[in-house]
Amino acid sequence: MTATATPTKTMTMVAAINDALALALEADETVHVFGEDVGVMGGVFRATDGLQARFGAERVFDTPLAEAGIVGMGIGMGLAGLKPVAEIQFAGFLYPALDQVLSHLGRYRHRTRGRYHLPMVIRAPYGGGVHTPEQHADSPEAILAHTPGVKVVIPSTPADAKGLLLAAIEDPDPVFFLEAIKLYRSVKGEVPEGPYTVPLGQARVVTQGDDATVVCYGGMVEVATKAAEAAQAHGIGVEVIDLRTLVPMDTETVLASVRKTGRAVVVSEAPRTNGFHSEVSATIAEEAIDFLRAPVVRVTGFDAPYPPFTSVEDVYRPNPVRVARAIRQVMGY
Amino acid sequence: MTSPDTARPDLLSPDLSEHEPFRLLAPDGTATRPAELPDPGTRLSLYRHMRRIRHFDERAWVLYRTGRLGVFPPYGGMEASQVGTAAALGAGDWLFPTYRDTGAALTHGLPVAQTLAYWRTSPHGWAMPPDVKVLPFYIPIATQYPHAVGAALAEKRRGTRNVALAYIGDGGSSEGDFHEALNFAGALTVPCVFILQNNGWAISVPTRTQTRAVNLARRADGYGIPGVRVDGNDVLATYLVTTEAVNRARDGQGPTLIETVTYRVKPHTLADDPSRYRTDADNHGWEEKDPITRLRAHLMSEGLLTEDDDAILTREIETEFEAALKEADGYPEPTPAEILDHVFAEPTPTLRRQRAQIEAEEGA
Repeated sequence: MTATATPTKTMTMVAAINDALALALEADETVHVFGEDVGVMGGVFRATDGLQARFGAERVFDTPLAEAGIVGMGIGMGLAGLKPVAEIQFAGFLYPALDQVLSHLGRYRHRTRGRYHLPMVIRAPYGGGVHTPEQHADSPEAILAHTPGVKVVIPSTPADAKGLLLAAIEDPDPVFFLEAIKLYRSVKGEVPEGPYTVPLGQARVVTQGDDATVVCYGGMVEVATKAAEAAQAHGIGVEVIDLRTLVPMDTETVLASVRKTGRAVVVSEAPRTNGFHSEVSATIAEEAIDFLRAPVVRVTGFDAPYPPFTSVEDVYRPNPVRVARAIRQVMGY
Repeated sequence: MTSPDTARPDLLSPDLSEHEPFRLLAPDGTATRPAELPDPGTRLSLYRHMRRIRHFDERAWVLYRTGRLGVFPPYGGMEASQVGTAAALGAGDWLFPTYRDTGAALTHGLPVAQTLAYWRTSPHGWAMPPDVKVLPFYIPIATQYPHAVGAALAEKRRGTRNVALAYIGDGGSSEGDFHEALNFAGALTVPCVFILQNNGWAISVPTRTQTRAVNLARRADGYGIPGVRVDGNDVLATYLVTTEAVNRARDGQGPTLIETVTYRVKPHTLADDPSRYRTDADNHGWEEKDPITRLRAHLMSEGLLTEDDDAILTREIETEFEAALKEADGYPEPTPAEILDHVFAEPTPTLRRQRAQIEAEEGA
C-alpha cells in the first residue's frame, strides 16, 4: 500500500470498485467504461452506479448484448490510444468472446514486436456461493491465466480491489480483473480515500504461522482464513497467502512460506482438473520439494459443471470445514 | 440526407420507413382481416393456452415471494408471442426456449410440475420428458439458435417433416450466434423457424440503444430468407404467421425469421427493479395492449366465449396448477453427491474418487 497515512472509509468491495472506476475516469480522459447494462442502470451489481451520470454517456456506455463485440471493440480502442475498461456481465458469459481473448488480447505486443500494446482491462464477476441461476457461477481464471500475454487479477478485500483495479487500468498490458460475486457486499473493509495502487504480482500474507501454508485467492480467502482461525484454536499456526494476482504470480512469497512451514494447501473453487490451484501445487513441488513434510493438497471444486441446484450448491464450493480437513491432513502426514 | 438543390436520390439513405406489424386483431379485439381468422376451435384453444401460462406467471410471482420458487424471468404480457408460436408446432417438432420462454415450453407440452421443479433448481426439472422435444431453458444468450439449425438439419437428413423452432430476444439478436445461425439455416435450407421476440428491453437496455435498426425482421434479408414482422400481442397473428412458416419448413422451403413486436411489461427477473432504468412513459400504452384482454374481447363479441365459460376455465387452470405444485412439492431434494451425476456416461476414475469424497464428507 502506498497510502498508509491517508484517511479511510468503510466500504463494500463493489463500492471500492466503483470508487476506483470513478477515480480512473476522472484522472485520465482516455479511460472508457462500457458493457451490458453498465450505463443507465449502473451494472447488474451496481459496480458502475452513477458513473454515466457523472462522466457522460460517451465515456460510460451501454453496449449491444454481444460479448465478442465488447472485447473485440475494446481491443481496437486500446490499440488506437484509448484505455478500455470493459465489463463482461458474468465470467460465465465470457465464452463468446474467447476467440478475441485467446486469438488477440494477449498477442499484440508480441506480434507487432512492441510496436503496439494493449492497455485494456476486462472486469467480470465470477464464482459461486450466492445461488445465482445456472451458468452464472463459473470460475474460468485458469483459461485466462493459460493465455500468454494476459494478466489475471482477483482481489479479496475492498482496499485491494480498489488499488489493484487502479493498477490494472494503469498497466500497459491487458488485464483480466475477476471479482468474486460472493464478496461484493458481504465483506466490508477500510479503504483509503483518493487514488493509490496495489502493485500487480505481489501476494498478501493474510495470517502468519509456522506450521502450514494455505494459498488461495478471491472468494476463497475468506474461507481459508476461517479455517486458519479454527486451526489456530488447536495450536496450529497457519499462514494464509492471498495471491491477489495469478499472472504475474508472486512465487517468492509462496515459496518462502512453504520453506518455513513445510506444508501446503491450495484452495480454489474452480473445477479440480487443470485449475490454477494445480499450477500453484506444481510450482511448490518443483521449487520446494526439499522443504516439504507432506504432499501438497488441493481443496477445489469438482470436475462437474457448477451445480445449478440451490439446495446442494454449497457442496461444490470449498468451505472452512473442507479447508480445515486439508490442514489436518498435511499436519498428520 | 437529400440536399434541396438536387433531385438525385441519396444512395446512402435507403427508405427506412417501418413496416407495420402484421395483425388480425386490433387492440380492442376488432378483427382487421376477418377472412384470415383461424377457425373458432383454434381461437378458443389459443385463448386457453394464454390463460394457462398467464396463471403460471402470476403464481410464480407469489411462489417466489414466499420462497417456494427461485429466480424467475417473467413473461406476463408476452403470452401471444409465446403461445401463438409454440402452438403452431406438432409433437414431433423441436422447441429451443430461452429463460423467458417458460410459457412457450408449457404450451409445447412441458409438464407444469416439472417446469416448477426447474425454476426451483431441482434436478427433476432438468430431465426433459421423452415425449416432449424441448431443451432446458437456455441461459447463455443466443446459443440456442445454432443448435436449432443443427436439430433442423438432423430432421432433414433423417427424412422427417419435423421442424425446429427457436426463440431469441432483441438483445440476443446482437450476438454473433444469431447471425451465424440465420446464415447457416439459409445456406443449408433447413426446416427452422426463428422467433425474435422484440420485447423492447435487454435487462436495462432499450432496443433503441441495442441497435439502430427498428424493423428487426429485415435482418433476414441479409441471409436470403423471409423475414416477417408481426404484432406480438395478437395471438391469432403470431399463430397464423408461424403456422405458415412451419408449413414452408416442412415442405422443404427453408427457414423463416419472425419478429414478434411485444413488450416486457414485467421486470427482467423477479429480483430486478426496472424503476432504475425505465419510466411510465416507456411503458405507456402496453398494459392496454394486453394479449389476453384483446382475444377475450374478440371471442366474447363473436359469441365464442361467455363469462361462465371463462369462470370454468379459471377453475380448471387453478386445479391443474395446484395439483402440479403438490406434485413438485413431493420431489425429493438432491443428495450432495448428485452434483457429480451425469457428467459422463461412465464416471471417470477421478469423478469416482470425488464422489467417494463427497459421500464421506457430506453423508450420501
